[in-house]
Amino acid sequence: MSSTNLPPATAAPTGRGAEGEHEDLTIRATHPPRPGRWLAALVAGLALVWVGWSIAVNPNLHWDVVVDYQFDAVVLQGLWVTIQLTVISMVLGVLIGVVAALMQISDSRILRTAALAYVWFFRGTPLLVQLIFWFNLGLIFPEFSLGIPFDGPKLASWSTNAIITGFVAALLGLTINEGAYMSEIVRAGLKSVDPGQQEAAESLGMPHRKVMLRVVLPQAMRVIVPPTGNQFISMLKTTSLVSVIAGADLLTVSQRIYLTNFEVIALLIVASIWYLVLTTVASIGQHFIERRFSRGYGTSVPLDRRIGSNLLFRRRRSADRP
Amino acid sequence: MSAMVEAVGVRKTFGDLEVLRGIDMTVATGQVVCVVGPSGSGKSTFLRCINHLEEPQAGRIRVDGELIGYEEVGGRLRVLPEARLCRQRQSIGMVFQRFHLFPHRSAVENVMEGPVTVKGRRRERAREEALALLDRVGLADRAHHYPAQLSGGQQQRVAIARALAMAPKLMLFDEPTSALDPELVGEVLQVIKDLAADGMTMIVVTHEMGFAREVGDHLVFMDDGVIVEQGPPRDVLRSPRHDRTRAFLSKVL
Ligand SMILES: Nc1ncnc2c1ncn2[C@@H]1O[C@H](COP(=O)(O)OP(=O)(O)OP(=O)(O)O)[C@@H](O)[C@H]1O
Ligand SMILES: [Mg+2]
Repeated sequence: MSSTNLPPATAAPTGRGAEGEHEDLTIRATHPPRPGRWLAALVAGLALVWVGWSIAVNPNLHWDVVVDYQFDAVVLQGLWVTIQLTVISMVLGVLIGVVAALMQISDSRILRTAALAYVWFFRGTPLLVQLIFWFNLGLIFPEFSLGIPFDGPKLASWSTNAIITGFVAALLGLTINEGAYMSEIVRAGLKSVDPGQQEAAESLGMPHRKVMLRVVLPQAMRVIVPPTGNQFISMLKTTSLVSVIAGADLLTVSQRIYLTNFEVIALLIVASIWYLVLTTVASIGQHFIERRFSRGYGTSVPLDRRIGSNLLFRRRRSADRP
Repeated sequence: MSAMVEAVGVRKTFGDLEVLRGIDMTVATGQVVCVVGPSGSGKSTFLRCINHLEEPQAGRIRVDGELIGYEEVGGRLRVLPEARLCRQRQSIGMVFQRFHLFPHRSAVENVMEGPVTVKGRRRERAREEALALLDRVGLADRAHHYPAQLSGGQQQRVAIARALAMAPKLMLFDEPTSALDPELVGEVLQVIKDLAADGMTMIVVTHEMGFAREVGDHLVFMDDGVIVEQGPPRDVLRSPRHDRTRAFLSKVL
Protein backbone atom coordinates (compact mmCIF):
# COMPACT_ATOMS: atom_id res chain seq x y z
CA MET A 1 0.00 0.00 0.00
CA SER A 2 1.40 3.28 -1.01
CA SER A 3 1.37 6.21 1.38
CA THR A 4 2.51 8.83 -1.04
CA ASN A 5 -0.98 10.09 -1.78
CA LEU A 6 -2.15 10.32 1.82
CA PRO A 7 -2.30 13.76 3.39
CA PRO A 8 0.01 14.30 6.37
CA ALA A 9 -1.46 13.18 9.70
CA THR A 10 -1.31 16.66 11.21
CA ALA A 11 -2.37 19.53 9.05
CA ALA A 12 0.59 21.58 7.93
CA PRO A 13 0.20 25.37 8.00
CA THR A 14 -1.53 26.49 4.88
CA GLY A 15 -0.67 29.55 2.92
CA ARG A 16 -3.37 31.67 4.60
CA GLY A 17 -2.72 33.92 7.65
CA ALA A 18 0.15 32.82 9.86
CA GLU A 19 -1.59 33.51 13.18
CA GLY A 20 -3.88 30.88 14.62
CA GLU A 21 -3.11 28.36 11.96
CA HIS A 22 -0.55 26.42 14.01
CA GLU A 23 -1.47 23.22 15.73
CA ASP A 24 -1.87 23.55 19.51
CA LEU A 25 1.67 23.62 20.93
CA THR A 26 0.73 23.77 24.63
CA ILE A 27 3.01 21.50 26.64
CA ARG A 28 1.16 18.88 28.64
CA ALA A 29 4.00 16.48 29.24
CA THR A 30 3.76 13.68 31.78
CA HIS A 31 6.60 12.75 34.08
CA PRO A 32 8.34 9.39 33.87
CA PRO A 33 7.37 7.11 36.77
CA ARG A 34 9.06 7.93 40.08
CA PRO A 35 8.73 4.81 42.25
CA GLY A 36 11.16 6.16 44.88
CA ARG A 37 8.99 9.19 45.43
CA TRP A 38 5.81 7.20 45.69
CA LEU A 39 7.38 4.90 48.24
CA ALA A 40 8.65 7.81 50.33
CA ALA A 41 5.23 9.46 50.19
CA LEU A 42 3.57 6.21 51.24
CA VAL A 43 5.93 5.73 54.19
CA ALA A 44 5.54 9.34 55.32
CA GLY A 45 1.77 9.15 54.97
CA LEU A 46 1.55 5.95 56.96
CA ALA A 47 3.82 7.35 59.67
CA LEU A 48 1.66 10.46 59.91
CA VAL A 49 -1.54 8.46 60.20
CA TRP A 50 0.01 6.16 62.80
CA VAL A 51 1.30 9.04 64.94
CA GLY A 52 -2.03 10.86 64.63
CA TRP A 53 -4.00 7.74 65.52
CA SER A 54 -1.83 6.85 68.50
CA ILE A 55 -2.20 10.38 69.84
CA ALA A 56 -5.91 10.64 69.19
CA VAL A 57 -6.92 7.36 70.81
CA ASN A 58 -4.25 7.34 73.53
CA PRO A 59 -6.05 6.95 76.89
CA ASN A 60 -3.11 8.54 78.75
CA LEU A 61 -3.57 11.85 77.01
CA HIS A 62 -6.92 12.72 78.58
CA TRP A 63 -8.40 14.58 75.62
CA ASP A 64 -11.56 15.19 77.61
CA VAL A 65 -9.50 17.26 80.09
CA VAL A 66 -7.93 19.16 77.20
CA VAL A 67 -11.39 20.00 75.88
CA ASP A 68 -12.53 21.07 79.36
CA TYR A 69 -9.66 23.47 79.89
CA GLN A 70 -9.17 24.85 76.37
CA PHE A 71 -11.60 27.70 77.06
CA ASP A 72 -11.24 27.79 80.83
CA ALA A 73 -11.50 31.33 82.22
CA VAL A 74 -8.12 31.15 83.96
CA VAL A 75 -6.43 29.84 80.82
CA LEU A 76 -8.04 32.58 78.72
CA GLN A 77 -6.85 35.14 81.27
CA GLY A 78 -3.29 33.80 80.85
CA LEU A 79 -3.69 33.86 77.07
CA TRP A 80 -4.71 37.52 77.27
CA VAL A 81 -1.63 38.34 79.39
CA THR A 82 0.61 36.58 76.88
CA ILE A 83 -0.92 38.53 73.99
CA GLN A 84 -0.56 41.83 75.86
CA LEU A 85 3.05 41.17 76.86
CA THR A 86 3.98 40.13 73.32
CA VAL A 87 2.27 42.95 71.46
CA ILE A 88 3.30 45.74 73.81
CA SER A 89 6.90 44.63 74.20
CA MET A 90 7.27 44.05 70.45
CA VAL A 91 5.81 47.43 69.51
CA LEU A 92 7.97 49.26 72.04
CA GLY A 93 10.95 47.03 71.22
CA VAL A 94 10.69 47.91 67.52
CA LEU A 95 10.51 51.63 68.35
CA ILE A 96 13.54 51.39 70.63
CA GLY A 97 15.29 49.32 67.97
CA VAL A 98 14.68 51.96 65.29
CA VAL A 99 15.97 54.72 67.56
CA ALA A 100 19.03 52.70 68.62
CA ALA A 101 19.79 51.80 64.98
CA LEU A 102 19.53 55.43 63.88
CA MET A 103 21.83 56.34 66.78
CA GLN A 104 24.33 53.72 65.63
CA ILE A 105 24.59 55.26 62.17
CA SER A 106 24.53 58.87 63.34
CA ASP A 107 27.42 61.29 63.01
CA SER A 108 27.65 61.79 66.77
CA ARG A 109 30.23 59.61 68.47
CA ILE A 110 28.41 59.88 71.80
CA LEU A 111 25.13 58.62 70.33
CA ARG A 112 26.93 55.79 68.54
CA THR A 113 28.74 54.72 71.69
CA ALA A 114 25.58 54.87 73.80
CA ALA A 115 23.66 52.70 71.31
CA LEU A 116 26.55 50.27 71.05
CA ALA A 117 26.81 49.93 74.84
CA TYR A 118 23.05 49.32 75.08
CA VAL A 119 23.10 46.57 72.48
CA TRP A 120 26.25 45.05 73.97
CA PHE A 121 24.82 44.86 77.47
CA PHE A 122 21.29 43.71 76.80
CA ARG A 123 22.18 41.15 74.16
CA GLY A 124 25.08 39.96 76.25
CA THR A 125 23.24 39.06 79.46
CA PRO A 126 20.50 36.43 79.91
CA LEU A 127 16.94 37.70 79.65
CA LEU A 128 16.08 35.75 82.79
CA VAL A 129 18.64 37.73 84.78
CA GLN A 130 17.32 40.99 83.33
CA LEU A 131 13.74 40.09 84.29
CA ILE A 132 14.72 39.29 87.88
CA PHE A 133 16.75 42.49 88.00
CA TRP A 134 13.83 44.67 86.91
CA PHE A 135 11.47 42.93 89.33
CA ASN A 136 13.89 43.61 92.19
CA LEU A 137 14.71 47.15 91.18
CA GLY A 138 13.36 48.29 94.56
CA LEU A 139 16.33 46.63 96.29
CA ILE A 140 18.73 48.97 94.48
CA PHE A 141 16.63 52.11 94.07
CA PRO A 142 14.01 52.04 96.83
CA GLU A 143 12.18 55.06 95.51
CA PHE A 144 11.57 57.04 92.36
CA SER A 145 11.55 60.81 92.59
CA LEU A 146 10.93 63.74 90.35
CA GLY A 147 13.20 66.73 90.86
CA ILE A 148 16.79 67.89 90.45
CA PRO A 149 19.22 65.02 89.88
CA PHE A 150 22.33 64.36 92.05
CA ASP A 151 20.57 64.71 95.43
CA GLY A 152 18.92 68.03 94.58
CA PRO A 153 15.48 68.97 95.93
CA LYS A 154 12.66 66.58 95.07
CA LEU A 155 9.19 67.48 93.94
CA ALA A 156 7.62 64.09 94.47
CA SER A 157 8.66 60.52 95.06
CA TRP A 158 7.11 57.07 94.93
CA SER A 159 8.08 53.70 96.29
CA THR A 160 9.68 51.64 93.52
CA ASN A 161 7.86 48.50 94.57
CA ALA A 162 4.53 50.23 94.07
CA ILE A 163 5.38 51.07 90.48
CA ILE A 164 7.27 47.96 89.42
CA THR A 165 4.56 45.33 89.56
CA GLY A 166 5.19 41.91 88.07
CA PHE A 167 3.56 42.99 84.82
CA VAL A 168 5.56 46.23 84.59
CA ALA A 169 8.81 44.42 85.36
CA ALA A 170 7.99 41.84 82.70
CA LEU A 171 7.27 44.57 80.14
CA LEU A 172 10.45 46.46 81.01
CA GLY A 173 12.59 43.35 80.75
CA LEU A 174 11.06 42.07 77.51
CA THR A 175 10.93 45.48 75.82
CA ILE A 176 14.46 46.56 76.60
CA ASN A 177 15.88 43.19 75.68
CA GLU A 178 13.88 43.09 72.44
CA GLY A 179 14.97 46.63 71.54
CA ALA A 180 18.60 45.50 71.57
CA TYR A 181 17.91 42.67 69.11
CA MET A 182 15.63 44.82 66.97
CA SER A 183 18.25 47.54 66.66
CA GLU A 184 20.58 45.07 64.96
CA ILE A 185 17.81 43.96 62.62
CA VAL A 186 16.91 47.56 61.77
CA ARG A 187 20.56 48.46 61.28
CA ALA A 188 21.01 45.62 58.79
CA GLY A 189 17.89 46.86 56.99
CA LEU A 190 19.14 50.44 56.82
CA LYS A 191 22.50 49.27 55.51
CA SER A 192 20.78 47.29 52.75
CA VAL A 193 19.40 50.46 51.15
CA ASP A 194 21.50 51.88 48.31
CA PRO A 195 23.25 55.08 49.51
CA GLY A 196 22.19 56.63 46.19
CA GLN A 197 18.63 56.71 47.53
CA GLN A 198 19.65 58.99 50.35
CA GLU A 199 21.56 61.26 47.96
CA ALA A 200 18.65 61.45 45.54
CA ALA A 201 16.35 62.48 48.39
CA GLU A 202 18.86 64.99 49.74
CA SER A 203 19.30 66.53 46.32
CA LEU A 204 15.56 67.25 46.30
CA GLY A 205 16.14 69.32 49.43
CA MET A 206 14.65 66.83 51.88
CA PRO A 207 15.78 67.26 55.47
CA HIS A 208 17.57 64.30 57.04
CA ARG A 209 14.60 63.23 59.16
CA LYS A 210 12.32 62.98 56.15
CA VAL A 211 14.99 61.23 54.10
CA MET A 212 15.00 58.53 56.75
CA LEU A 213 11.24 58.32 57.28
CA ARG A 214 10.07 58.60 53.68
CA VAL A 215 12.85 57.06 51.64
CA VAL A 216 15.29 54.91 53.61
CA LEU A 217 13.10 53.24 56.26
CA PRO A 218 10.30 52.16 53.90
CA GLN A 219 12.87 50.41 51.72
CA ALA A 220 14.66 48.95 54.72
CA MET A 221 11.34 47.45 55.84
CA ARG A 222 11.63 44.81 53.15
CA VAL A 223 14.70 43.49 54.93
CA ILE A 224 13.44 44.25 58.44
CA VAL A 225 10.00 42.62 58.34
CA PRO A 226 10.85 38.91 57.93
CA PRO A 227 13.26 38.68 60.91
CA THR A 228 10.89 40.85 62.93
CA GLY A 229 8.11 38.35 62.29
CA ASN A 230 10.51 35.73 63.60
CA GLN A 231 11.15 37.83 66.70
CA PHE A 232 7.42 38.23 67.25
CA ILE A 233 6.78 34.52 67.08
CA SER A 234 9.72 33.86 69.33
CA MET A 235 8.46 36.52 71.75
CA LEU A 236 5.07 34.79 72.04
CA LYS A 237 6.87 31.91 73.71
CA THR A 238 9.61 33.91 75.43
CA THR A 239 6.93 35.65 77.49
CA SER A 240 6.60 32.40 79.46
CA LEU A 241 9.92 33.30 81.11
CA VAL A 242 8.07 35.89 83.18
CA SER A 243 6.78 33.06 85.38
CA VAL A 244 9.91 33.67 87.52
CA ILE A 245 8.62 37.11 88.48
CA ALA A 246 5.05 36.14 89.20
CA GLY A 247 3.79 36.94 85.75
CA ALA A 248 0.47 35.30 84.89
CA ASP A 249 1.03 34.37 81.25
CA LEU A 250 -0.48 31.40 79.45
CA LEU A 251 2.18 28.84 80.36
CA THR A 252 2.38 29.98 83.99
CA VAL A 253 -1.36 29.69 84.60
CA SER A 254 -1.41 26.28 82.91
CA GLN A 255 1.35 25.16 85.25
CA ARG A 256 -0.58 26.49 88.23
CA ILE A 257 -3.59 24.48 87.17
CA TYR A 258 -1.72 21.21 86.72
CA LEU A 259 0.00 21.64 90.07
CA THR A 260 -3.44 21.30 91.65
CA ASN A 261 -5.11 18.72 89.39
CA PHE A 262 -1.99 16.81 88.19
CA GLU A 263 -3.17 16.84 84.53
CA VAL A 264 0.34 17.85 83.43
CA ILE A 265 0.25 16.63 79.84
CA ALA A 266 -3.31 17.73 79.18
CA LEU A 267 -2.66 21.28 80.32
CA LEU A 268 0.58 21.52 78.40
CA ILE A 269 -1.39 20.46 75.32
CA VAL A 270 -3.98 23.16 76.07
CA ALA A 271 -1.25 25.78 76.26
CA SER A 272 0.53 24.48 73.15
CA ILE A 273 -2.68 24.59 71.11
CA TRP A 274 -3.08 28.25 72.04
CA TYR A 275 0.56 28.99 71.19
CA LEU A 276 0.05 27.35 67.80
CA VAL A 277 -3.06 29.44 67.20
CA LEU A 278 -1.18 32.63 68.09
CA THR A 279 1.86 31.83 65.94
CA THR A 280 -0.38 30.91 63.02
CA VAL A 281 -2.22 34.21 63.25
CA ALA A 282 1.13 35.99 63.54
CA SER A 283 2.51 34.31 60.41
CA ILE A 284 -0.54 35.27 58.42
CA GLY A 285 -0.10 38.86 59.58
CA GLN A 286 3.54 38.68 58.58
CA HIS A 287 2.61 37.60 55.04
CA PHE A 288 0.37 40.66 54.69
CA ILE A 289 2.97 43.07 56.03
CA GLU A 290 5.68 41.61 53.80
CA ARG A 291 3.47 42.06 50.79
CA ARG A 292 2.77 45.65 51.77
CA PHE A 293 6.47 46.49 51.82
CA SER A 294 7.45 44.65 48.67
CA ARG A 295 5.51 47.14 46.54
CA GLY A 296 7.50 48.05 43.47
CA TYR A 297 9.75 45.01 43.59
CA GLY A 298 7.55 42.84 41.40
CA THR A 299 8.18 39.68 43.39
CA SER A 300 5.12 39.57 45.59
CA VAL A 301 3.11 36.41 45.23
CA PRO A 302 -0.49 36.91 46.33
CA LEU A 303 -1.02 35.81 49.91
CA ASP A 304 -3.83 33.35 49.30
CA ARG A 305 -1.71 31.50 46.80
CA ARG A 306 1.39 31.51 48.97
CA ILE A 307 -0.32 30.21 52.07
CA GLY A 308 -2.26 27.76 49.98
CA SER A 309 0.76 26.43 48.20
CA ASN A 310 2.96 26.46 51.27
CA LEU A 311 0.70 24.80 53.76
CA LEU A 312 -1.84 22.75 51.86
CA PHE A 313 -0.38 21.46 48.68
CA ARG A 314 3.22 22.44 48.19
CA ARG A 315 3.71 22.08 44.49
CA ARG A 316 6.27 23.33 42.10
CA ARG A 317 4.71 26.08 40.05
CA SER A 318 7.64 27.83 38.50
CA ALA A 319 5.49 28.92 35.59
CA ASP A 320 3.28 30.93 37.96
CA ARG A 321 6.05 33.00 39.40
CA PRO A 322 6.51 36.42 37.89
CA MET B 1 24.31 88.09 31.56
CA SER B 2 24.48 87.22 35.27
CA ALA B 3 26.30 84.15 36.55
CA MET B 4 24.17 81.26 37.79
CA VAL B 5 27.17 79.33 39.08
CA GLU B 6 30.42 80.80 40.28
CA ALA B 7 32.99 78.35 41.62
CA VAL B 8 36.36 79.59 42.78
CA GLY B 9 39.34 77.48 43.88
CA VAL B 10 37.35 74.38 44.81
CA ARG B 11 39.49 71.71 46.44
CA LYS B 12 38.43 68.31 47.71
CA THR B 13 40.49 65.51 49.19
CA PHE B 14 39.48 62.02 50.27
CA GLY B 15 42.07 61.07 52.86
CA ASP B 16 45.38 61.49 51.06
CA LEU B 17 43.81 61.56 47.61
CA GLU B 18 43.46 65.05 46.19
CA VAL B 19 40.51 64.73 43.85
CA LEU B 20 39.84 68.40 43.05
CA ARG B 21 42.85 70.69 42.97
CA GLY B 22 41.45 74.16 42.55
CA ILE B 23 38.49 74.30 40.16
CA ASP B 24 37.23 77.65 38.87
CA MET B 25 34.08 77.69 36.81
CA THR B 26 31.48 80.25 35.85
CA VAL B 27 28.19 79.32 34.27
CA ALA B 28 26.01 82.10 32.94
CA THR B 29 22.25 81.94 33.35
CA GLY B 30 20.74 79.91 30.54
CA GLN B 31 24.07 78.41 29.56
CA VAL B 32 24.75 74.70 29.03
CA VAL B 33 28.21 73.64 30.15
CA CYS B 34 29.39 70.17 29.25
CA VAL B 35 32.14 68.59 31.34
CA VAL B 36 34.25 65.80 29.90
CA GLY B 37 37.33 64.00 31.11
CA PRO B 38 38.76 60.58 31.89
CA SER B 39 37.38 58.37 34.66
CA GLY B 40 38.53 59.45 38.10
CA SER B 41 39.30 63.01 37.03
CA GLY B 42 36.86 64.41 39.61
CA LYS B 43 33.87 65.34 37.42
CA SER B 44 31.27 63.74 39.68
CA THR B 45 32.94 65.05 42.80
CA PHE B 46 32.83 68.60 41.48
CA LEU B 47 29.18 68.29 40.51
CA ARG B 48 28.36 66.92 43.98
CA CYS B 49 30.14 69.85 45.59
CA ILE B 50 27.77 72.23 43.81
CA ASN B 51 24.74 70.92 45.73
CA HIS B 52 26.85 70.16 48.79
CA LEU B 53 26.47 66.39 48.70
CA GLU B 54 30.25 66.62 49.14
CA GLU B 55 31.86 69.23 51.38
CA PRO B 56 34.87 70.81 49.71
CA GLN B 57 37.95 71.59 51.82
CA ALA B 58 38.57 74.91 50.13
CA GLY B 59 36.99 77.30 47.66
CA ARG B 60 33.65 79.05 47.35
CA ILE B 61 30.67 77.99 45.28
CA ARG B 62 27.86 80.42 44.65
CA VAL B 63 24.61 79.56 42.92
CA ASP B 64 22.53 82.54 41.85
CA GLY B 65 24.69 84.68 44.09
CA GLU B 66 24.20 82.57 47.22
CA LEU B 67 27.13 80.85 48.90
CA ILE B 68 26.41 77.11 49.02
CA GLY B 69 26.58 75.29 52.34
CA TYR B 70 27.96 78.15 54.46
CA GLU B 71 27.26 81.67 55.51
CA GLU B 72 29.70 84.42 56.21
CA VAL B 73 29.34 85.83 59.70
CA GLY B 74 31.76 88.56 60.68
CA GLY B 75 34.29 87.49 58.06
CA ARG B 76 34.19 83.83 59.13
CA LEU B 77 32.40 80.88 57.59
CA ARG B 78 29.68 79.07 59.46
CA VAL B 79 27.98 75.86 58.35
CA LEU B 80 24.42 76.58 57.22
CA PRO B 81 21.58 75.24 59.36
CA GLU B 82 19.98 72.19 57.73
CA ALA B 83 16.77 73.98 56.76
CA ARG B 84 18.66 76.58 54.76
CA LEU B 85 20.90 74.06 53.02
CA CYS B 86 17.75 72.17 52.07
CA ARG B 87 16.27 75.34 50.61
CA GLN B 88 19.42 75.85 48.53
CA ARG B 89 19.23 72.29 47.27
CA GLN B 90 15.62 72.76 46.19
CA SER B 91 16.74 75.14 43.49
CA ILE B 92 19.44 72.76 42.19
CA GLY B 93 18.13 69.66 40.39
CA MET B 94 20.39 66.64 40.09
CA VAL B 95 20.19 63.65 37.80
CA PHE B 96 22.36 60.63 38.52
CA GLN B 97 24.06 58.11 36.30
CA ARG B 98 22.17 55.27 37.96
CA PHE B 99 18.80 57.13 38.17
CA HIS B 100 18.21 56.45 41.89
CA LEU B 101 14.45 56.52 41.53
CA PHE B 102 12.58 55.54 44.69
CA PRO B 103 11.75 51.89 43.94
CA HIS B 104 8.79 51.72 46.32
CA ARG B 105 6.96 54.55 44.57
CA SER B 106 5.39 54.67 41.13
CA ALA B 107 6.64 57.08 38.48
CA VAL B 108 4.11 59.77 39.36
CA GLU B 109 4.74 59.28 43.10
CA ASN B 110 8.48 59.71 42.48
CA VAL B 111 7.82 63.02 40.78
CA MET B 112 5.38 64.16 43.49
CA GLU B 113 7.69 63.25 46.36
CA GLY B 114 9.71 66.47 46.39
CA PRO B 115 6.83 68.95 46.06
CA VAL B 116 4.74 67.10 48.67
CA THR B 117 7.32 66.40 51.37
CA VAL B 118 9.64 69.35 50.84
CA LYS B 119 7.42 72.14 49.60
CA GLY B 120 4.25 71.04 51.38
CA ARG B 121 2.18 70.97 48.17
CA ARG B 122 -1.30 69.48 48.39
CA ARG B 123 -1.28 65.97 46.96
CA GLU B 124 -3.96 66.61 44.34
CA ARG B 125 -2.16 69.62 43.00
CA ALA B 126 1.24 67.89 43.09
CA ARG B 127 -0.21 64.92 41.21
CA GLU B 128 -1.53 67.13 38.44
CA GLU B 129 1.80 68.88 38.11
CA ALA B 130 3.67 65.58 38.18
CA LEU B 131 1.48 64.17 35.42
CA ALA B 132 2.13 67.25 33.33
CA LEU B 133 5.88 66.82 33.82
CA LEU B 134 5.71 63.15 32.90
CA ASP B 135 3.84 64.17 29.79
CA ARG B 136 6.61 66.62 29.00
CA VAL B 137 9.24 63.85 29.12
CA GLY B 138 6.96 61.62 27.05
CA LEU B 139 5.86 59.25 29.80
CA ALA B 140 2.23 60.17 30.41
CA ASP B 141 1.23 56.55 29.82
CA ARG B 142 3.77 55.17 32.32
CA ALA B 143 2.72 57.28 35.32
CA HIS B 144 1.57 54.34 37.42
CA HIS B 145 4.44 51.99 36.64
CA TYR B 146 7.04 51.25 39.29
CA PRO B 147 10.68 51.93 38.39
CA ALA B 148 11.37 48.19 38.09
CA GLN B 149 8.74 48.06 35.33
CA LEU B 150 10.40 50.79 33.26
CA SER B 151 13.32 50.67 30.83
CA GLY B 152 16.53 52.49 31.73
CA GLY B 153 15.73 55.35 29.39
CA GLN B 154 12.24 55.71 30.84
CA GLN B 155 13.62 55.60 34.40
CA GLN B 156 16.08 58.35 33.60
CA ARG B 157 13.34 60.49 32.10
CA VAL B 158 11.27 60.02 35.26
CA ALA B 159 14.35 61.05 37.26
CA ILE B 160 14.61 64.22 35.18
CA ALA B 161 10.92 64.94 35.76
CA ARG B 162 11.44 64.35 39.49
CA ALA B 163 14.21 66.95 39.55
CA LEU B 164 12.19 69.40 37.45
CA ALA B 165 9.23 69.11 39.84
CA MET B 166 11.14 71.27 42.32
CA ALA B 167 11.29 74.04 39.69
CA PRO B 168 15.09 74.34 39.93
CA LYS B 169 17.14 77.24 38.61
CA LEU B 170 20.01 74.93 37.76
CA MET B 171 20.21 71.31 36.65
CA LEU B 172 23.20 69.05 37.23
CA PHE B 173 23.51 65.91 35.12
CA ASP B 174 26.12 63.30 36.05
CA GLU B 175 26.61 61.07 33.01
CA PRO B 176 22.83 60.74 32.50
CA THR B 177 23.17 58.27 29.64
CA SER B 178 26.18 56.18 30.68
CA ALA B 179 24.10 53.40 32.23
CA LEU B 180 21.80 53.09 29.21
CA ASP B 181 21.71 50.71 26.29
CA PRO B 182 22.79 52.56 23.13
CA GLU B 183 19.32 52.62 21.61
CA LEU B 184 17.92 54.36 24.72
CA VAL B 185 20.49 57.18 24.86
CA GLY B 186 18.72 59.30 22.27
CA GLU B 187 15.40 59.64 24.09
CA VAL B 188 17.13 60.96 27.24
CA LEU B 189 19.39 63.35 25.34
CA GLN B 190 16.32 64.66 23.53
CA VAL B 191 14.71 65.60 26.85
CA ILE B 192 17.88 67.41 27.92
CA LYS B 193 18.02 69.19 24.55
CA ASP B 194 14.45 70.38 25.00
CA LEU B 195 15.35 71.72 28.43
CA ALA B 196 18.28 73.60 26.93
CA ALA B 197 15.96 75.07 24.32
CA ASP B 198 13.67 76.24 27.13
CA GLY B 199 16.59 78.15 28.60
CA MET B 200 17.45 75.95 31.59
CA THR B 201 20.93 76.48 33.02
CA MET B 202 22.72 73.14 33.07
CA ILE B 203 26.02 71.44 33.83
CA VAL B 204 26.20 68.12 32.04
CA VAL B 205 28.96 65.61 32.68
CA THR B 206 28.91 63.40 29.61
CA HIS B 207 30.82 61.15 27.28
CA GLU B 208 28.53 62.00 24.38
CA MET B 209 30.74 64.32 22.33
CA GLY B 210 28.09 64.76 19.65
CA PHE B 211 25.68 66.02 22.28
CA ALA B 212 28.33 68.35 23.72
CA ARG B 213 28.98 69.82 20.30
CA GLU B 214 25.34 70.24 19.42
CA VAL B 215 23.83 71.41 22.72
CA GLY B 216 26.73 72.71 24.79
CA ASP B 217 27.55 76.41 24.89
CA HIS B 218 30.80 75.70 26.62
CA LEU B 219 32.99 72.63 26.99
CA VAL B 220 35.23 71.93 29.97
CA PHE B 221 37.89 69.24 29.88
CA MET B 222 38.96 68.01 33.32
CA ASP B 223 41.86 65.76 34.13
CA ASP B 224 43.39 64.81 37.45
CA GLY B 225 41.40 67.33 39.47
CA VAL B 226 42.03 70.40 37.35
CA ILE B 227 40.43 72.05 34.35
CA VAL B 228 42.95 71.51 31.59
CA GLU B 229 41.17 73.27 28.77
CA GLN B 230 37.86 74.92 28.02
CA GLY B 231 36.11 76.88 25.32
CA PRO B 232 33.38 76.62 22.71
CA PRO B 233 32.72 72.88 22.16
CA ARG B 234 33.43 73.00 18.42
CA ASP B 235 36.85 74.57 18.96
CA VAL B 236 37.92 72.32 21.77
CA LEU B 237 36.78 69.20 19.96
CA ARG B 238 38.20 70.18 16.57
CA SER B 239 41.52 71.67 17.64
CA PRO B 240 42.44 70.85 21.23
CA ARG B 241 45.45 72.77 22.45
CA HIS B 242 46.68 70.43 25.18
CA ASP B 243 48.26 67.04 24.76
CA ARG B 244 46.10 65.58 27.51
CA THR B 245 42.93 66.79 25.80
CA ARG B 246 44.13 65.40 22.49
CA ALA B 247 44.96 62.04 24.06
CA PHE B 248 41.54 61.84 25.71
CA LEU B 249 39.60 62.89 22.63
CA SER B 250 41.46 60.46 20.43
CA LYS B 251 40.16 57.68 22.69
CA VAL B 252 36.51 58.74 22.84
CA LEU B 253 35.87 60.19 19.40
N1 LIG C 1 33.60 58.99 48.82
C1 LIG C 1 34.83 58.79 48.31
N2 LIG C 1 35.83 58.33 49.10
C2 LIG C 1 37.06 58.14 48.61
N3 LIG C 1 37.41 58.38 47.34
C3 LIG C 1 36.48 58.84 46.50
C4 LIG C 1 35.14 59.07 46.94
N4 LIG C 1 34.43 59.53 45.89
C5 LIG C 1 35.27 59.59 44.84
N5 LIG C 1 36.51 59.17 45.21
C6 LIG C 1 37.68 59.15 44.34
O1 LIG C 1 37.82 60.41 43.76
C7 LIG C 1 38.30 60.29 42.43
C8 LIG C 1 37.41 61.08 41.51
O2 LIG C 1 36.13 60.47 41.51
P1 LIG C 1 34.95 61.02 40.61
O3 LIG C 1 33.82 60.10 40.85
O4 LIG C 1 34.74 62.44 40.88
O5 LIG C 1 35.52 60.82 39.15
P2 LIG C 1 34.78 60.99 37.77
O6 LIG C 1 35.56 61.98 36.98
O7 LIG C 1 33.36 61.27 37.99
O8 LIG C 1 34.97 59.57 37.10
P3 LIG C 1 33.92 58.68 36.27
O9 LIG C 1 33.99 59.14 34.85
O10 LIG C 1 34.45 57.29 36.42
O11 LIG C 1 32.57 58.87 36.89
C9 LIG C 1 38.36 58.81 42.11
O12 LIG C 1 39.70 58.39 42.20
C10 LIG C 1 37.53 58.20 43.19
O13 LIG C 1 38.04 56.93 43.51
MG1 LIG D 1 31.54 60.20 37.73
